[in-house]
Amino acid sequence: MTELHTMTVAELAAALRSRQVSSVELARSFLARIERHQADLNAFISITAEAALEQAGKADERLRGGDAGALTGVPIAHKDIFCTAGEKTTCGSRMLANFVSPYDATVVERLRAAGVVMLGKTNMDEFAMGSSNETSYFGPVRNPWDPLRVPGGSSGGSAAAVAARLAPAATATDTGGSIRQPAALCGVTGIKPTYGRVSRYGMVAFASSLDQGGLITQSAQDAALLLAAMAGFDERDSTSVELPVPDYAAGLEQPLKGLKIGLLKEFFDRGLDDEIERHIRAALDVLRAQGAVLKEVSLPNLPLSVPTYYVVAPAECSSNLARFDGVRYGYRCEKPRDLLDLYQRSRGEGFGAEVKRRIMTGTYVLSAGYYDAFYLKAQRVRQLISNDFEHAFHEVDVVIGPTTPTAAFELGAKTSDPVTMYLNDIYTIGANLAGLPAMSVPCGFVQGLPVGMQIIGAHFGEERLLNVAHRYQCETDWHRRAPPGFVA
Amino acid sequence: MEWQTVIGLEIHAQLATRSKIFSGSATTYGAPPNAQANLVDLAYPGVLPVLNAEAVRMAVKFGLAINARVMRRSVFARKNYFYPDLPKGYQISQYELPIVCGGAVDIVLEDGTDRRIGVTRAHLEEDAGKSLHEGLAGLSGALTGVDLNRAGTPLIEIVSEPQMHSAKEAVAYMKKIHTLVRYLGICDGNMQEGSFRCDANVSLRPRGAEKLGTRAEIKNLNSFRFVEKAINYEVARQIELLESGRQVTQETRLYDADRGETRSMRSKEEANDYRYFPDPDLLPVEIDQPYIDAVTADLPELPDQKAQRFISQHGLSAYDAGVLTAGAELADYYEAVVHELGGHPKVAANAVMGELAGLLNRDGLEIAASRVSARRLAGLLRRVVDNTISGKIAKDVIEAMWEQGQEADSIIQARGLRQITDESAIEAAIDAVMIANPSQLADYRAGKEKLFGFFVGQVMKATGGKANPARLNELLKKKLGG
Repeated sequence: MTELHTMTVAELAAALRSRQVSSVELARSFLARIERHQADLNAFISITAEAALEQAGKADERLRGGDAGALTGVPIAHKDIFCTAGEKTTCGSRMLANFVSPYDATVVERLRAAGVVMLGKTNMDEFAMGSSNETSYFGPVRNPWDPLRVPGGSSGGSAAAVAARLAPAATATDTGGSIRQPAALCGVTGIKPTYGRVSRYGMVAFASSLDQGGLITQSAQDAALLLAAMAGFDERDSTSVELPVPDYAAGLEQPLKGLKIGLLKEFFDRGLDDEIERHIRAALDVLRAQGAVLKEVSLPNLPLSVPTYYVVAPAECSSNLARFDGVRYGYRCEKPRDLLDLYQRSRGEGFGAEVKRRIMTGTYVLSAGYYDAFYLKAQRVRQLISNDFEHAFHEVDVVIGPTTPTAAFELGAKTSDPVTMYLNDIYTIGANLAGLPAMSVPCGFVQGLPVGMQIIGAHFGEERLLNVAHRYQCETDWHRRAPPGFVA
Repeated sequence: MEWQTVIGLEIHAQLATRSKIFSGSATTYGAPPNAQANLVDLAYPGVLPVLNAEAVRMAVKFGLAINARVMRRSVFARKNYFYPDLPKGYQISQYELPIVCGGAVDIVLEDGTDRRIGVTRAHLEEDAGKSLHEGLAGLSGALTGVDLNRAGTPLIEIVSEPQMHSAKEAVAYMKKIHTLVRYLGICDGNMQEGSFRCDANVSLRPRGAEKLGTRAEIKNLNSFRFVEKAINYEVARQIELLESGRQVTQETRLYDADRGETRSMRSKEEANDYRYFPDPDLLPVEIDQPYIDAVTADLPELPDQKAQRFISQHGLSAYDAGVLTAGAELADYYEAVVHELGGHPKVAANAVMGELAGLLNRDGLEIAASRVSARRLAGLLRRVVDNTISGKIAKDVIEAMWEQGQEADSIIQARGLRQITDESAIEAAIDAVMIANPSQLADYRAGKEKLFGFFVGQVMKATGGKANPARLNELLKKKLGG
């Protein structure tokens, strides 16, 4: 049998069902890899070995007893933003460094019910605010393709873990590109579903109208299998949508003949790395060879995405993070003098610089006298961007472009200039503002570093997205390449 | 200068839902601290609010009852501020788009004048928890405890137009809303427990002026008496300021019931910037016509309609109808008496508002706890109507019924209180009194007609008060006249 760690979720599930391997063996094997690479990658905040082996043992019983589901016994990692009962949920922050959630997030609960085994909690930018995983209180994650470079963020730990084959798949979240950007920078597959497709219950909120849970996997096929298990209406999340979840795996093979692909004019404008553009165009050729047709589309308001996002997201975060006040749980300063001191020092010491920057920005844009000029205007522009996408999807089935303007940059390269860092999300933010599903799939390398192709779909068009990504992956092997130091 | 007082009220009514507005926790009053606070109420990381449909239905009921517009689309917003009894760091309320807009209630003042008071809006929101400075186990020294049982309890905040001009008007308006929410069954109206409370905005302007003066907001008044006293104090305070050439500062004030005065809490400069914005965790509340129709069909008869019916069908005065419809239970009791009695609404109204109300008042009881049931009261009134006893005797009988818990007839029987209507018996009593009081008789006959009352009293005394008064009058007049 092939090396366990190189296998996809689909392959591992098949091996488990045919009893070629047990869930406990799998868990042990991945836990060993995680331990071995924790020091060099720092992809995990918690390694939950004990719980993993216990869950794996139960999965093996189910497998033996014949009541196993498609994913029973498959190990994965959870981004440390999802609450997990009995284990730490830190959100990459000192504020929650010792926080143990009394309950499971819906995503965690559903995957657990499907028999999926949790290996650990992956590192992330603090409260998912960052594009390089350098804002984590637990230290930066390193890119498995080049340890001097960032893995992207905020789901940097999940992307690095899957790229280094420390876990076959990992959950992640995406508010402005936090799944797709690290997926692209680490050479793995990432999917951010439609806003409302996956329950946000139990996912520590950053910007509620933009946050969406999703996955980082090796392949579109794996994403299809896992998404089917975690998606769907949840009565505990009023913004989750009451629509049936399709059998994503069943639609993967659908032919691409006649598929209308929109080339976003604004995505290929200035600022895009020539090498990346060459890879995207080559990827489009692969799809065209299968019968897809290309059409240029324009989203005139898309260039306003970044400023719009950096009003809306901080505004929501400034309010969402108000609950971390040192009163009921989380970090509390030593010996507060009075209530104000308790608030000021607990929050001042518990939050890192980027989180504070966004809280302050958000507080400012919501303040009396500034609300109309910033928050309200940003909401209007957000609507215009949404409308642009809607028009585009009257003409095309999916929109394709790059995921990031460049490949992975070096650690520390952008930490001194937040705006340069923010511009990393220039291609990904639009889908969040419009609530659209989007994926990133590996489509080549620039100087040994992976780059990603972004596919954006219409609302609840995950099935089509996964289908396009899967057909592309059937013809290419970029997604099967592991970083040199992590092949064995 | 002559000043006009301008008052607007913001009434907070706790909705009588079983669970909280955004979580499944119970809302029962008086549970041990924090026994009714779940992860959503505690604002744990990752939890989300889910709107209680019953709270929406109750707010819609209220909107329909005051002839307001029930908005097809209303939006929850976050009101951001830090306080230990506000776990999320924001209160979920409605701001720009409330669920109920425009509407009015009619009030009747003591002098009988009618006034219509506009309601600007009514919106749904969650209550905060309570900070406990004492009475929490383990609490000592300067520590403050937090009880989150109340956090997330549904409220409607009812904002009036600034259309009231005296403390009495404000109280009449507040009482009207109080009556209404209890009729609708959407609030228990318990002011001591804080289920119904208000903030009063008070300002003065020169009589005849259009522009409103600077207002002070008096927070958290939880009794009608406090509302009246606080407003009167505030008006006097503001007059004194203005008359001495000083200005009223826009500020929030607290009413100190022990001292009977209002005190500054915080000025406008110190006021919070609440940074309201639409809550992204909740969808807008969409309400369609079929929903409104269903709630409308479910509305009970409202106090004004009931009062109108009592006036037109029962022939009651507007004042009586108003008193009897001030509470749904009282109106129901009165109607039950009329029904049992098979008519005679005025007799029933007088008894309910007179003797019965007196006894309830004396013992501090609500009508629901009356020791004389509507059926028994009707039994008593039947004996007045059929002349078995006089109205005066009835007062004694109802007291006995109240104390002994018996039917009117058994008391009348046991005490031999049946009225004497037999003419010969009354005549015999009159004769005896005339013989016993020859000088008074002579005086009377000499023209001292005032002595008539004396003879009535004497005969009544002789008959133990049982002589039928009308018959007695008639016979006495005849006999005394010789």
